[in-house]
Amino acid sequence: MNSTKKTAISRRSTLGLLGGAALAPAVLPGLSGFAQAQSSAPIKIGFQLHRTGIGAAYGRWYERTSNAAVARINDMGGINGRPVELVIEDDGTDPKRGAEVVEKFATQHECDIGFGTLFSHVVYGSAPRAGELKLPYFVCSEGHHVASGALNRYVMQPGITDVKSQVQAMAPFVANNLGKKVTMIFPDFAFGHDHRDFFSAAIEAQGGEVVAKIAIPPTETSFTKYFPQIPRETEVIYHVMVGPAVLTFVKEMGEFFGPSSPEIFGFIDSLEAVDLSSPGLEFLEGTYFWEGNPRYAQADQTEFDKTYRAAIGIDENGASVSDSADVSTYAHMFSCWETLNVIKRGMEAAGYQGPADRVKLIEAIEDMTDMAHSDDHPQGAKVFNGKTHQVFGHQYISQVEEGRLNVKHTTAIEDGFYEDEVDYTTQSF
Amino acid sequence: MEFGPHLMLATLEGAITAAILALTAVGLSLTFGVMRVVNVAHGEFFMLGAVAAWFISTAIGGHPALGFIAAVVFAPLIIGLLAASADWLVLKRLEYDPERTIVATIGLLYIIQQGALIGFGPNAQPVEAPFSHRIALPWFEWGESGFEMYYPWGLSTNSYKLFIIFAACAILMGLWVIMTRTKIGLVMRATQQDRDMATAFGIPVERVYALTFGLGAALAALGAVLIVPVQQAYYLMGHDPLLLSFIVVIIGGLGSLRGTVLAALLIGMSDGIISVFFSPTLAKIIATLLVAMVLVFRPQGLFGKGTH
Repeated sequence: MNSTKKTAISRRSTLGLLGGAALAPAVLPGLSGFAQAQSSAPIKIGFQLHRTGIGAAYGRWYERTSNAAVARINDMGGINGRPVELVIEDDGTDPKRGAEVVEKFATQHECDIGFGTLFSHVVYGSAPRAGELKLPYFVCSEGHHVASGALNRYVMQPGITDVKSQVQAMAPFVANNLGKKVTMIFPDFAFGHDHRDFFSAAIEAQGGEVVAKIAIPPTETSFTKYFPQIPRETEVIYHVMVGPAVLTFVKEMGEFFGPSSPEIFGFIDSLEAVDLSSPGLEFLEGTYFWEGNPRYAQADQTEFDKTYRAAIGIDENGASVSDSADVSTYAHMFSCWETLNVIKRGMEAAGYQGPADRVKLIEAIEDMTDMAHSDDHPQGAKVFNGKTHQVFGHQYISQVEEGRLNVKHTTAIEDGFYEDEVDYTTQSF
Repeated sequence: MEFGPHLMLATLEGAITAAILALTAVGLSLTFGVMRVVNVAHGEFFMLGAVAAWFISTAIGGHPALGFIAAVVFAPLIIGLLAASADWLVLKRLEYDPERTIVATIGLLYIIQQGALIGFGPNAQPVEAPFSHRIALPWFEWGESGFEMYYPWGLSTNSYKLFIIFAACAILMGLWVIMTRTKIGLVMRATQQDRDMATAFGIPVERVYALTFGLGAALAALGAVLIVPVQQAYYLMGHDPLLLSFIVVIIGGLGSLRGTVLAALLIGMSDGIISVFFSPTLAKIIATLLVAMVLVFRPQGLFGKGTH
């Protein structure tokens, strides 16, 4: 808390230096006015957004989802009687800029918390700064970085299951239904490495093996040159790709195999925000995908999913209601919605009033365990592990049938449990 | 994959890289040769070509071939005019001073890139190929039953990819005819050899410069229109073509079109083959090393005319 005060003082002195004596009277009353009106002033959530760069397709939908979630929270009376305001900063999907954005949230915008980051290299770049600035930092990233203990007590992932848990839950399906000899194709950065390491271990536990690991830079635009590395003995292709060229990646993969393809199991990341009916994707018929949340409304669609789709403006095919070609990142963006609801619940439990209560907020969220399937958690029920700051939920395995994804298997939450690798609650604030 | 089919696939991939690279690098080389301007914004004209192709094909709709033909005609024209006006607005005012034009084209790079981000957006957009058929390629082998033909797994190409190679060759032939057989080419070559003498003979050098700058950009844009159906239009796609074009132009010899085409073939093919057999990173490392070697042992490039 001392450092919070220090930050405020240094900001004032900096403003004083910059603005000079003439500006000071104009600025200082503003600051003191804010302090007096604290009880009705909005809670400011710094939203670190991939508006540009390789994560832009996700950013577009993370923004829409978060705006819808905040509108809903405000309609329900806000948090502790105060409205919620998103302060959006673009990080360009760049780790260096990510750290700067976190700094802006803490010192310039005076946000209560930071939120939203997806790409794991940006999380790695930003999280240490959030810890130094003692800014609670909620990531929606899937990476194993939080639960691995690599980050710090201020970083939490309460909205989406991490990759280690996801692949552990799904490996039995791959080994039992598709094949045991797997070739993995993954993006060459932290998120892809999580897939590489944890899926290899998980498939070996099922008696299978990874026969080749093909890493592709996420900025790559042409992929045919990587495919000859796929060994002939491969029974299953496991693909997960991100970046602006995912459609090209999947198309070229189909072209490479032609009519004689092995079984294909993909993470929907390879086709997030891409229309499944795009020309060149016909070969995917019959192949399987992991989905964090089913893009196409299923026969047993819940009321929660209906409400959630309507709030953001998404049709039953997972595209924008105003433009059917604008396909969402449906398998991931629920994490924004759910994380914001966890933040609300945490702030209410902690009686959060302002930055001085940041520690109380973290402790309140660490105390959480069960999250029921509800309008707050439309993707499904979840279990939060306060020690590792990571949430665990259901995973969906879908098959492409007549150009749409139908859920074939839903994993149990327990399928994704693993031994704790860290206990953040033992770290000091 | 067996060695033979693997090499064939690598060669095909390399040929596509080389074809597009040749178009882009010849544009850069032309600008440098005639105008002595190092155009750092060249990759952005490439990107604009792809973006224009997306806008044109989306606006036209219907069969993808209609949009593609319109893009091939109009995208380079629009980008060429844009570049010519940039020449008139910016480079001419700097009197084509080599140092200042480098800084000016860096500025152009950022303006174009951010302009595309605002106007086109941060998402990659696909352009549908006018035609696209998977062609499985056969391979021949002496087997137990003598000479036999079979179709190895993964050895295939695409009719459109083959079209790219032929189209690029045709365009380069066309350019060669323009440069050697037409009056425009004659005037451009005269300006390249001696600007002052060309002026003395009544050649409107400034107009030649604007034409050259526009032509250089149009060639990059044309390369992008050809490649965009197999890649996608994206506002940051100009980086790699710029880097590779510079490598090619340095190796081939600044201002030498013949050297540029041969160097594009060398770099494109080696990039394709090394990428397939080893890794794309190694391909870039080797290309950069080659540039260093050329700069040390043959600074004027493989086909350069020597320093003046």
